[in-house]
Amino acid sequence: MSENDPKPIIRINGLSKHFGAVAAVDDVSLDIMAGEFFALLGPSGCGKSTLLRMLAGLESPSAGAILIDGEDMSRVPANRRPVNMVFQSYAVFPHMSVLDNVGYGLKVTGVPAAEVRARATEALELVKLDDLGARMPDQLSGGQRQRVALARALVKRPKVLLLDEPLSALDAKLREAMRLELVNLQETVGITFIIVTHDQEEALAMADRIAVMDQGVVRQVAPPAELYEFPASRFVADFIGSVNIFEGRVSEARDGVITIDAPALPRPLVVEQDKQVATGAKAWVAVRPEKIDIVKAGAGPLTETQEEAVNTVPGVVEEITYLGDLSIYHVRIAEGAEGLVKIAEPNFDRATNRPFTWEDAVMLSWTADAGVVLDS
Amino acid sequence: MSIFRPRRPPPGPLDYTRQTWMRLVLLGTFVFLYAPIATLVAFSFNDSKRNIVWRGFTTKYYEKALANEGLIEAFMNSMTIAVLSTVISTILGALTAYLLWRFKFPLKPVYEGAITLPIVIPEICLGVAMLVFFSRIGWPTGLPWPFNLGQITIAHVSFSFAFVAVVVRARMANFNPELEAAARDLGAGEWAVVRDIIIPHMRPGLVAGALLAFTLSLDDFVITFFTSGPDTVTFPVKVYSMVRFSVTPEVNAASTVLIVITVAVTVLALWIQNRQGADKSG
Ligand SMILES: Nc1ncnc2c1ncn2[C@@H]1O[C@H](COP(=O)(O)OP(=O)(O)OP(=O)(O)O)[C@@H](O)[C@H]1O
Ligand SMILES: [Mg+2]
Repeated sequence: MSENDPKPIIRINGLSKHFGAVAAVDDVSLDIMAGEFFALLGPSGCGKSTLLRMLAGLESPSAGAILIDGEDMSRVPANRRPVNMVFQSYAVFPHMSVLDNVGYGLKVTGVPAAEVRARATEALELVKLDDLGARMPDQLSGGQRQRVALARALVKRPKVLLLDEPLSALDAKLREAMRLELVNLQETVGITFIIVTHDQEEALAMADRIAVMDQGVVRQVAPPAELYEFPASRFVADFIGSVNIFEGRVSEARDGVITIDAPALPRPLVVEQDKQVATGAKAWVAVRPEKIDIVKAGAGPLTETQEEAVNTVPGVVEEITYLGDLSIYHVRIAEGAEGLVKIAEPNFDRATNRPFTWEDAVMLSWTADAGVVLDS
Repeated sequence: MSIFRPRRPPPGPLDYTRQTWMRLVLLGTFVFLYAPIATLVAFSFNDSKRNIVWRGFTTKYYEKALANEGLIEAFMNSMTIAVLSTVISTILGALTAYLLWRFKFPLKPVYEGAITLPIVIPEICLGVAMLVFFSRIGWPTGLPWPFNLGQITIAHVSFSFAFVAVVVRARMANFNPELEAAARDLGAGEWAVVRDIIIPHMRPGLVAGALLAFTLSLDDFVITFFTSGPDTVTFPVKVYSMVRFSVTPEVNAASTVLIVITVAVTVLALWIQNRQGADKSG
């Protein structure tokens, strides 16, 4: 995987695509390593598909360059690029049998019939469809059609496999199973996968690295855990998972500890983070809901975690969302403060034995290394 | 002991064909549509010069029709023209539809509208226009067969290709462009995409369009009348001239043959289409 072989298989340099006045992709530069499972993540319409289609050669860039395995692709048409794509609609040819579909990419480039058959059969085995080769696409389920599309792309042995929202048309259970299967498949074939998705959970679960896109611009590229724990901006923090954001100004930044005055909070926030910030500059502190501890106000001695916690805020429970495994508490801090603070607590006990309920006064606390300071 | 016999369940809300009133309407429609044709076919076997009273069964009018050289020649002309104009208008129509589907160009809506003109313009106007056009450019007459059929063939193509174009264009409207992208991504060049993906998708439209073009050409009277000369009489024109004297069973016999041919071609086309579907799923 990427650690063993850090050679970029794809280099994207200042790539842009304009549709009239709309910049679907705006000056994107990215390196994607050989053997990597890379995800392009972003909200609908942010230009993920356009970027992927440019890699495949199905859309020509307005500016910038794409290098695949060191070769400039600007003059190479789609049918001669060493990449293959799984389309959002799967685009399985309706008038060809499953086997013919999978073999098409070989047949059309002049591979002898016997080899086409052998390799297509092999590819169908890879996606566990070996006994459905004679079926027509309209006799397949959505999940099976997707496997055909996968086999059809993999049979070409591309250097990079591009997948445009491959799981979005499947139901929730199948989607989860396919995530695992795609990851396993990628490990088996050892081909670089670039997957487009608007589902952050999907990207976190599958990818080695994720590029978060917004309005044609790449906002951050990082491995899943880093993206989740250290988002670079409010957009990324908010897009990946759920987050509480407190706005304020830097009052002190020394020895890897940043103190921020947040007008909405009674006490300054303390964050342990190595980050260059100017005193007095505007900043935001992002804290994930599951990193906040919640207890009933004035109930007995402090717990160990609360002892350590340097950030404490009193509040009142305003809403409780029961999610089965978790409950989300929405807490109002201070009168007239805008927005509620979300706290996620696992339901160790049955929900009926909840320690506190609506309108209860509570104390929120989190440690210095729970939050992250953002400057944009 | 059971006294019940299994009964068919009562008709459901969508079982229209099992409702009596609906069956009556259907029956009425069929009678209205097919009674004249049935009569025509029946009387082609009538042993009587007058086409009014049934006098007994005979096939002699078929023999007579077969022996009528003028009729046979007209028939051959019609078939030749129909085949030629079907082939040409199917190709032209498909190309037009492809062009309209594939490319964006200035004034495209105007062009798209203009394509349907031959369908909406009264045939008589087209006929006159053709007549004027051919005499204006001095189209050579008296050419040997089958070149003397050129005028009529061109005239037929000029309106029937529009039907093909409209049918194929409608078919292309629900083409998933990702299919084309997928084919290109898999290594297909421009021509391979057309051959392997686009034409197979068009096929039902092509067959339907060709069928339309064939029957339109075969039974066209008005436009043909204006573009045919004394030595290029087509079947409908010939029948018309025969009927002007009297409606003999000979005309019935000839028409019956034409009906049989039309039906046979339709069945053949449907069969080809079905077989292709069955082949692939078999
Ligand atoms: N052919 C086109 N002509 C004009 N605008 C286009 C075209 N293709 C895409 N766009 C625009 O470019 C932007 C990005 O589109 P793109 O399809 O890449 O989004 P996406 O991130 O894939 O979204 P989704 O998640 O909905 O698929 C959108 O604003 C879209 O309207
Ligand atoms: Mg998309």
